[in-house]
This record gives sequence, structure tokens and C-alpha cells, in this order.
Amino acid sequence: MLSLEAIDVYYGKIHALKGVSLSVDEGEIVTLIGANGAGKTTLLRTISGLVRPKNGTIRFRGEDLTRRRPEDIVALGISHVPEGRRVFANLTVKENLEMGAYLRRDRAGIQADLERVFALFPRLKERLRQPAGTLSGGEQQMLAIGRALMARPKLLLMDEPSMGLAPVLVQTIFGIIREINAQGTTILLIEQNAHMALGVARRAYVIETGRIVLEGPSEALRQSEKVRAAYLGG
Amino acid sequence: MNWLQQLLNGISVGSIYALIALGYTMVYGIVKLINFAHGDVFMLGAFIGFYAITVLHLGFIPAILLTMAVTSLIGVLIERVAYRRLRNSPRIAALTTAIGVSLFIEYTTIYVRGAQPDVYPDLFGDRVIRVFGATTRVDTLVILLISVLLMLLLQWIVHYTKIGKAMRAVSYDADAARLMGISVDRTISWTFALGSALAGAAGVIFGLYYTKIDPLMGLIPGLKAFVAAVMGGIGSIPGAMVGGLLLGLVETGVSALGFSLFRDAVAFIILILILLFMPQGLFGKNVREKV
Repeated sequence: MLSLEAIDVYYGKIHALKGVSLSVDEGEIVTLIGANGAGKTTLLRTISGLVRPKNGTIRFRGEDLTRRRPEDIVALGISHVPEGRRVFANLTVKENLEMGAYLRRDRAGIQADLERVFALFPRLKERLRQPAGTLSGGEQQMLAIGRALMARPKLLLMDEPSMGLAPVLVQTIFGIIREINAQGTTILLIEQNAHMALGVARRAYVIETGRIVLEGPSEALRQSEKVRAAYLGG
Repeated sequence: MNWLQQLLNGISVGSIYALIALGYTMVYGIVKLINFAHGDVFMLGAFIGFYAITVLHLGFIPAILLTMAVTSLIGVLIERVAYRRLRNSPRIAALTTAIGVSLFIEYTTIYVRGAQPDVYPDLFGDRVIRVFGATTRVDTLVILLISVLLMLLLQWIVHYTKIGKAMRAVSYDADAARLMGISVDRTISWTFALGSALAGAAGVIFGLYYTKIDPLMGLIPGLKAFVAAVMGGIGSIPGAMVGGLLLGLVETGVSALGFSLFRDAVAFIILILILLFMPQGLFGKNVREKV
């Protein structure tokens, strides 16, 4: 469904992604784990078109995404839940969700997806008219996910959805991730919480300083000495 | 002299400032640029309205509508040609460019039609109206009515239309907005269009009220509207409205008390005081309504 081939990204002189290749098949949850600054966020931003790769190609369902604009990439069916949630604090919860459906014209479909988001996150329905900036961290994360779902994506990119959340909420969010996937959305998930990520994903990649150093089924990575030592706390 | 009459005058002058200030504040909110050419768009508006009335023989309302349409295109063009490439450059580059655009518009206008002033046709005559015992010129009320209508319209656009919501989203977080599929370029164009349309309307109203227009007329009202926008908290739409009205009231008040020579000085003294004691302005920062 999604495939990256030998992607190189530079920030000025810094070589942020070094020949990264990665693929995601339809229906999967794939996770990318790695330390802070390893290039995880850059990778997602490159897929979304916010960052332009210097070399390499990105293909999605037969289309070449390399150097396309973010709005075209959204239209092709990729939504991105950015790191740190990035909800529009000055807009209401309802308006945030509407922005998620910005490119869509089908009122009935949008309404149906709104109901779907409310079913996943009943809290959002209660807070509909509130400015998003007044929500708690967990609610903002729910809103960021709901907002991305409003585009009815085929592929959902999630950047650290558990960051800064209380353990109970982390459980909730991962439950939601499973449910979204079960409803038919493919997911590429970035996490620092490798435990949870490997638990939910079918396959995983490990990235270190801009390079993919390991890949394979989650179960196998979970057993690997290297991953245990570096990411699972021994 | 009557306080109600002065109040009406103050609000009329203030609403002209407010209309111009809105463009400053909206553009600043979305691209963080003080568009110093904005006062010149206001000037162009005054001339477009003038020619629409005198050459095309349009009525007042059609003339304003035509002016707003043309100035909004001019605003979009200015952003497209001069500012877009500089969006990721150091701010000083964009600021210098804005001053360049301002001079370019002023002196192109002088080159095309000369520097001599024109006198606006007197559309409403010397008719006066009595409101609660105060006498006021009809055009004072017309200015008031049109400004209020335009500001309500703007509030409606910003809060209830798709493009308005996109403007608020982009001004808050452009990258996040792009991830929604919002075209930042197009949204910025719309912002310039709206702001410039309001400046154009302000130009026609100004011509009607003060009758004399000339190619450098945008300088002082432009600066004062900028003061108004800063007073209200640059980036804040309600702030620009309140700042404009406040400035108009203070100026009229100072003149009414017999210190008309100090009128402009007072405006800038207020700016300095606000920057010293309330650098965010009246509605800045705490109100996260930045467009």
C-alpha cells in the first residue's frame, strides 16, 4: 500500500534520514520505534509532504507521492496525527473536526464519520462547542485522532499518540488504535513506548540516527536482544 | 457643540481606522508581516471609488462594491508577487519589501494621474439628521452603517464559513492546517483579499467624509490604523475593531477639547504607552483569536 525506497532527507547539512526503505501493507498496523531524534517524526512528515526528500521515492496505492503537496497527499487518503497533537486551540472541537474533513464535499458521509468519531470518543461529543485549547491532554489527543479520521483516510500516520498521557489513558488510546484498525484503516505508528507499540503492531521497524537498523514481525523484535536492551528496558 | 455629536464623529472616524486596522491584523495574524502597503491599498480604494462615481457614474453602493472587488484583487496580487517568495525569509526582508511595495504604489499612482488632489463628489449634500437632539451629517451615519455591516460580515465569514475557519486554523498552526488538506497559499490569498476589500471600502468612505483625496493620503490613516491594530493586540480581529474605535474617539475628543493640533501626537503617545505597559495590546495573546 505504502512503500518508501531509499529516502534521503536533509535539514541543511544534517542528514536526517539515510536511505530509509519501508513498506506498509493494506490492513496492517506497522510501528516504527526509535529514540528521540532518530528521525521518526521526520519520516512521517516526509510521507505527508511537509518535508521534501532529496532522493528516493514514496509510492502509495500506485501513486508517486514524492514531491507532492500535503493537500494532495491528504486527498489521496493519508492522514497524519502530528506529534504533540497540534489541535487548533482557537477553534472549537466541532470546528477542529470540520477542518479534518476540509477536502470533502459529501455532507452525508461527513456526518456519518462525525458519528463514528463520537462513538470512538464520546467525550468529544460533550465538549463540542468548547475551544480545543480548553481540553485536557488526553482529550486533545482524542481530538487530534478524531480530526484525522474525519478525512476518512485509508492510511493513518500516528506520531507518538501516547506522549505525555497518564498510563490509563495510554491503554485507552491503544485500544482505540486497535479499533480504528479493525474498522479497516491501515496504520503506521511511531512510538517511544516500544512495549505498547510492539503489542499492537504486526510488524515493526527500528530506526537509529536516520537509518533503519532492524525490521521484522513485532514478536520477533520483542525477543531480539538488541531491542530488549535498547527499547524495552532490558 | 454637543457630546453626542462628538461621539458620533468619533465613532465614524474610528470605524474608518478599524476597517483599515482589520487588514493589518488579519495579515499579521496569518503571515506575521506588517503589510506597510496596506495604507496604499486604502488610497487606491479611494481613487477607484472616485473614478467609479465620477467616470462610470455609479451610485454610492455599487461604487463601494466595485472598489472592494478591485482592491481585493490588488491585495491578492501584492501578496502573490511581492510577499509569497519571502514567506520563509527573515522578517526584515519582508518588511523592507512591504515598504518598497508601498512606495511603488504611491509613486506609480502619482506617475499615472499626477500628485494633485481630487475632490470627492458630494453624494449626500449638506443634509443633516437630528438624533436625540444632536445634529449630524448624513454621511456620518452612512459611514457608521457601512462599517458596522462590513465588520459583522467579516465576523460571520471568519467564524461560520469554511474559508474563515481555515484562516483561523492556518494562523494558529500552518503545518497542522496543511495536514488537514488546507491550502495555505490559497488561505493567505483570501486573507489578503478580505483585508484589502475592507481597506478599499474604507478609502471610499474616507473620500466621502473628508472629500479630499491624493496619492499620499494613505500614509497617516495607514499609520494610525496600524496604531489601532497594535492597541487592540495585533492579530486580534475584535482588537482591531475596538482599537480603531478607541483611537477615533480619543482623537475627536482631543480636537473637541480644543487641542486639535495635538490630535496626531496623542494617537502616537497612546501607542507608546500601550507598548510600554500592555505590550500585547488590549486583546492580544490571552484571547487566542488570531487571524
